Amino acid sequence: MRYTPHTPTDKEQMLRAIGLNRVEELFNHIPSSLTERSKISLPSGLSEVEVKKTMGSLAAKNATPQDWHFFLGGGIYHHFIPSVVDAIISRSEFSTSYTPYQPEVSQGTLQAIYEFQTLICQLTGMEVGNAGLYDGASAAAEAVLMARRIQEGRRRVFLSRSLHPQYRSVIATYLKNLAGVELMEVPFTKQGGTDVEFLSRAMDEKAICVVVGYPNFFGIIEDLTPIQEACARIGSFLVTVTTEPLSLALLKPPGDWGADIAVGEGQSLGIPMNLGGPGFGFFTCRKKFVRSMPGRLVGETVDSEGRRGFVLTLSTREQHIRREKATSNICTNQSLCALAAAAFMATLGKSGMRRLAEVNISRAHEAKNRLVDEAGLNPVFSGSFFNEFVLRVEGLPQRLGRFTAERIIPGVPLARWYSELQDSLLVCVTEMNPKEEIERLVRTCSGN
Amino acid sequence: MSEPAPGTNRLRSAPPLIFESGSPGRSGFFWPEEEAKIKDPIPGGFLRNDIPGFPELGELEVLRHFTRLSHLNFAIESQFYPLGSCTMKYNPKVNEVVARLPGFSLLHPLAPPELIQGALELLHDLERWLAEISGMDHVTLQPAAGAQGELTGLMVIRAYLAGRGNPRRKIVVPDTAHGTNPASSTLCGYDVIQISSNERGIIDAGKVEEVMNEDVAALMITNPNTLGLFEKNIQAIADMVHKKGGLVYLDGANLNALMGIAKPGEMGVDVLHINLHKTFSTPHGGGGPGAGPVGVKAFLGDYLPVPRIVRKDGRFEVEENCPSSVGRVRSFFGNFGILVRAYTYMISLGSDGLEETSRMALLNANYLRKKLEGAYHLAYTAPCMHECVFTDRLQQKHGVTTLDIAKRLLDYGFHPPTIYFPLVVPGALMIEPTETESRETLDAFAEAMISIAREAKENPTLVKTAPHSTPVSRLDEARAARKPVLRWERAKTESAQLSAISKKS
Repeated sequence: MRYTPHTPTDKEQMLRAIGLNRVEELFNHIPSSLTERSKISLPSGLSEVEVKKTMGSLAAKNATPQDWHFFLGGGIYHHFIPSVVDAIISRSEFSTSYTPYQPEVSQGTLQAIYEFQTLICQLTGMEVGNAGLYDGASAAAEAVLMARRIQEGRRRVFLSRSLHPQYRSVIATYLKNLAGVELMEVPFTKQGGTDVEFLSRAMDEKAICVVVGYPNFFGIIEDLTPIQEACARIGSFLVTVTTEPLSLALLKPPGDWGADIAVGEGQSLGIPMNLGGPGFGFFTCRKKFVRSMPGRLVGETVDSEGRRGFVLTLSTREQHIRREKATSNICTNQSLCALAAAAFMATLGKSGMRRLAEVNISRAHEAKNRLVDEAGLNPVFSGSFFNEFVLRVEGLPQRLGRFTAERIIPGVPLARWYSELQDSLLVCVTEMNPKEEIERLVRTCSGN
Repeated sequence: MSEPAPGTNRLRSAPPLIFESGSPGRSGFFWPEEEAKIKDPIPGGFLRNDIPGFPELGELEVLRHFTRLSHLNFAIESQFYPLGSCTMKYNPKVNEVVARLPGFSLLHPLAPPELIQGALELLHDLERWLAEISGMDHVTLQPAAGAQGELTGLMVIRAYLAGRGNPRRKIVVPDTAHGTNPASSTLCGYDVIQISSNERGIIDAGKVEEVMNEDVAALMITNPNTLGLFEKNIQAIADMVHKKGGLVYLDGANLNALMGIAKPGEMGVDVLHINLHKTFSTPHGGGGPGAGPVGVKAFLGDYLPVPRIVRKDGRFEVEENCPSSVGRVRSFFGNFGILVRAYTYMISLGSDGLEETSRMALLNANYLRKKLEGAYHLAYTAPCMHECVFTDRLQQKHGVTTLDIAKRLLDYGFHPPTIYFPLVVPGALMIEPTETESRETLDAFAEAMISIAREAKENPTLVKTAPHSTPVSRLDEARAARKPVLRWERAKTESAQLSAISKKS
């Protein structure tokens, strides 16, 4: 067999060493009522040649940006990834190791994750960050759960309606079975941001936290000052959720706005789209909350000879120690994805991150202006944006066929989540959309 | 076995932190100038001027930094890694090649379903195949990890029971369970009742009967359990739980012992999760990403999280409108890239290969168990499945503990087993060799373990001060937790260095 190295002689000798004759005797202590219908009925195994062929034809049934013009964002972004990133995460010393429970032989992973924790704090302007969570949505849910733990006695969680709809769903799922939490929705304004007046009216001392997207699901960069002030007045936490962290290279980071917890999806930082996963959730907050944080943390220490080293730390928060009293049930940290993000951020560095973000802003704004000016589409919101914007395309469902014929996926139609946003399209333009693609999008939108 | 090589050398010392090298203005990124037609598209109040502390390095510097870091790790491809309950089997290279095909890695989750038919077909097939292997009826691939699978499975149970009028309040969990079981129960709004296993390391049906009443929503059971023992009373236990209207949840972390041997679906299990990063060979990545699909019996199918992948007239569709569903547990389609790898593994091996996998996993574990008997105290004497648990009882009289044995193994070039787990075994050494290891590797590992047992008797200090050959020696974990330093900061590091220097002088 392909991945089992046992020869018939090996089997025979090993069985003899155990005192058995046949492999079946290894499990004859299992009641026969359980073993008699155990046969697996799947196709037979394939050679590596056949495997690649089969998988190649499945892959060929999917549309990629290599053959299609993608203007898709909405939480997953098509960005440039330097080749060094895959070279680094493909190193089997990283990819085929386990959670660094034995720090003496895991300093590679531990130091890299410590660097990741630092980088993500620098990017978000926050004080501390963990080693990573599953995705942006579960990170948002964990943020709410942490806020609830700290804000004991309060019970209302305010979710902006301009927060990613799937994230809102995941938060709702996580909270559903926990007693005494009420989810409240905050509408959005004509600018596309959270309705602060509504929020100020609705919030009182029962508020645990307010959760807003930054930039939000419509791509809008929200002015967080009035939201932060509204929170501060009544002791509510401000939680920001960033699905496009590349934007934070240029935007005022959540920490500078006074966010208490800043989370998001890290896919945009060096991880391929992968149909939406794996990426990783990042989780940062104020230092004083550190003992309430979910997930893994890597900390600095010294070895018995005084040399700097790194270990998993504060694990008394975690499930393998605290069991039912743990701060979270999470066990993994999407470590390899966090490593990819660290390699990505280190390679681009201070100036490269800003440059890449600038290219996004410049191309996205040019595309939006042309779609409005030349193709006559109407912007739905007036707020500032990073690399995504919402346009109204009259008769959108009927016009999608024309885009398909041109091999264009022009954006994400919003009506499936927002009945008030019929014919609205969330368009994303990144550095991966060259001028010709934008030209083609404008042309196709112009023709009726 | 000869003495391990002494001391560390420069080749394997840690590089400086990435923030401590480089030079202002340097970057590994180039993008040609582009004409910016729109001046100041974003108001200044929304902008930052700098990312303080961010690295400034060239591409080669970055690559060398991480390459040097990688040299400080043990990994499956360089060392035998017999971590119990983690199933550290070989992660086939072809899976990596396939997962990187643009037709998988460059897919956008919000593309119209008609443009991702290949991906949806893969998801649909993988669901059916996992159902076939585990004996369940429906599977969701959404959960990103085993722990999220547990939470999802418990939510399904809760939704089902609530639909029948009462979600109930308690989950019964054996003392041998993974820590995630009770933690997930709490997160799902349940209280945990712990029951103890018997002197043979398994659960008695009578024990379950004692705690089982109409307030118990479910029993979570791991089979084989974390002692590597098959819970042979499982059918009677399941009957007991069902009689009181509860459901049976199986932690499928140890499915690698069961393929083609016994199906959880035949044991009275109603819900289970499967760790694709264990049984189905996807790399552990130093702690993820993994995937934790959940399988259920037919009567629970409607409660699975959205989206569901459905086949209609030969096309695959994404169904989000499922009124009984527990809702969404993860964004998009779960950890798709991991699902592609698991699928590739499954079509590579086929039925026969998967069945052989479990058989050889049992053979390797029992062989190793036999070899170590005598040198170490075996916690339970019943035949083991895919892993076995020893203890440090025989070594303790020389003052040597499980931790010392684990650290000494590093000097011999082996990753230690899982230690101090399960909690019911004091000083546990939980060994899971997996099926992909050769007899020679198992022999070498056994020899190292036996040699350490000898050292414990003859030269306990050598063992107690181990490791002696790793890039760093034992680390001060108490210090790390007492005053947590969780990130680099310029001033702090410099002052720490200064104080370190003054201490030395």
